[in-house]
Amino acid sequence: MTVPFEPFEHLEKDFAILNQIVNDEPLVYLDNAATTQKPEAVLQALETYYHTSNANVHRGVHTLAERATSQYEGSREVVRAFIHASETAEVLFTRGTTTSLNWVARSFGEMIVESGDEILISYMEHHSNIIPWQQLAKKKNAKLIYIELTEDGQLDLGDVKNKITDKTKIVSLTHVSNVLGVVNPIRQIADWVHEQNGYLVVDGAQAVPHMPVNVQALDADFYAFSGHKMLGPTGIGVLYGKRALLEQMEPIEFGGEMIDFVEEQDSTWKELPWKFEAGTPNIAGAIGLAAAIHYLNNIGMNNIMQHEREIVEYIMPKLEAIDGLTLFGPKDVAHRTGVISFNIDGIHPHDVATAMDMEGVAVRAGHHCAQPLMTYLNQPATARASFYLYNTKADADKFVEAIIATKEFFLNGLN
Amino acid sequence: MALTKLDQLYRAVILDHSQSPRRRGVLDETTTQIELRNPTCGDVIQVQLNVQDGIVKDVRFDGSGCTISMASASMMTEAIIGKPVEEALKLSEEFSQVVQGNDVEHEQELGDAMMLSGVSKFPARIKCATLSWKALEKALESQGTGVDGQLKHEDMIE
Repeated sequence: MTVPFEPFEHLEKDFAILNQIVNDEPLVYLDNAATTQKPEAVLQALETYYHTSNANVHRGVHTLAERATSQYEGSREVVRAFIHASETAEVLFTRGTTTSLNWVARSFGEMIVESGDEILISYMEHHSNIIPWQQLAKKKNAKLIYIELTEDGQLDLGDVKNKITDKTKIVSLTHVSNVLGVVNPIRQIADWVHEQNGYLVVDGAQAVPHMPVNVQALDADFYAFSGHKMLGPTGIGVLYGKRALLEQMEPIEFGGEMIDFVEEQDSTWKELPWKFEAGTPNIAGAIGLAAAIHYLNNIGMNNIMQHEREIVEYIMPKLEAIDGLTLFGPKDVAHRTGVISFNIDGIHPHDVATAMDMEGVAVRAGHHCAQPLMTYLNQPATARASFYLYNTKADADKFVEAIIATKEFFLNGLN
Repeated sequence: MALTKLDQLYRAVILDHSQSPRRRGVLDETTTQIELRNPTCGDVIQVQLNVQDGIVKDVRFDGSGCTISMASASMMTEAIIGKPVEEALKLSEEFSQVVQGNDVEHEQELGDAMMLSGVSKFPARIKCATLSWKALEKALESQGTGVDGQLKHEDMIE
């Protein structure tokens, strides 16, 4: 079921920050793959929590403590339902995707990876899904192996299949690339990994905000994502893990909140999910994330996905018509999200981003925390526009106009 | 159109330096060299110096980066060639003042590099302009040991 394009035109009113003038031009915010703006509903949820319910969770008997605890744990249930985990015990709150992936590498990785084993990642990973595995491989004398990409920036599935062997302990892949926008066939890969008795870790930071995600249907063993890329606050993220695996794992951090009994020389841990959440958690962050999920659910994740596809479909022919513009990633909208990386011949992406900023259009330039991918693409850097639900066709038009004006300025403007 | 503001940043002379850089390449005789990277954006610069009797006799740069960083490197080589090391370091210090919008003593010696004063209006790009000068400083300070390095956070916010 899809809704027409128009209702999205009105979402901007929920995001006060978008209604401002930047460099004498109305702001067009196209850096959503870095972080998203927060709707009024999320800001209000944070404010209401601090105005009415702020207390520490889990250990108070007073009314506010009970209120804060039930809101915090209620948020966990909202997250569980959103990603279709089977129980809240499988939903751990973290600081964000980076923390989530580090926890998996350090706790689960160190438990199961041995000398000579193989860890498989791809050339399109974000640094946060590379470095934890590099460190693990070094520590365990394991091999870190990279999956090749196809010409148009998709995972080379033949290569994936070949490289998953009985030596492969962990495969860790991004669900959606933060540079190429490509959506990877996670379920298919999960089956291949499981046939060889390996485990699949998924970086969902660029997927959960943009499409319906069902961790059970994907059969991911672990799935990580961040709140701030899906309209929620910074500093809150999620690690989903299958109960059987989480139960075997040791916590990464120790301290308050995660213990059961503490004796002089030894302690026991709380049950899942709390054994992983040492210290006072980001209570407001979790509540803000739940508010963001309510907002997204009201619109519908299928509708959001469809909206982004319509923008990409609308804009691609216009971009392809610009001489000297190189686009990275697949052309087929069915395999991609609203992340569009590009370069303009003869103009460095930093200069592009500065020029577009003068037109009010906020895009990112750089290596996007994906240096191995930049090397693979043979680009020192790219410019990147990333669309989200509040972006409109008018924003897309402004984006195209800004590219043309930028090109004009640098290549013909100064005589 | 707000793009006209860009003229403050990208003057013709700057585009000229980036498109036809002076002293880009490799020195035959090098007494000190350095490669400096800006980890936040991926820019890389190599600076080679031939210092004889405390004088910068020759200089070359190479690397990849944006218009601002490449133009600045080209301008830097013009400003420091033939200068005593202390004077080159002084100019480097003054250049970092220029891109922060401050007045300096040796405008004339800085030459074309003065054109980058417009960068002060674009705080996110100051580090692009100072990359080659930071490389110069590090090379002169290391004097012949050939240090590889990265631009550190504190260098960028200076």
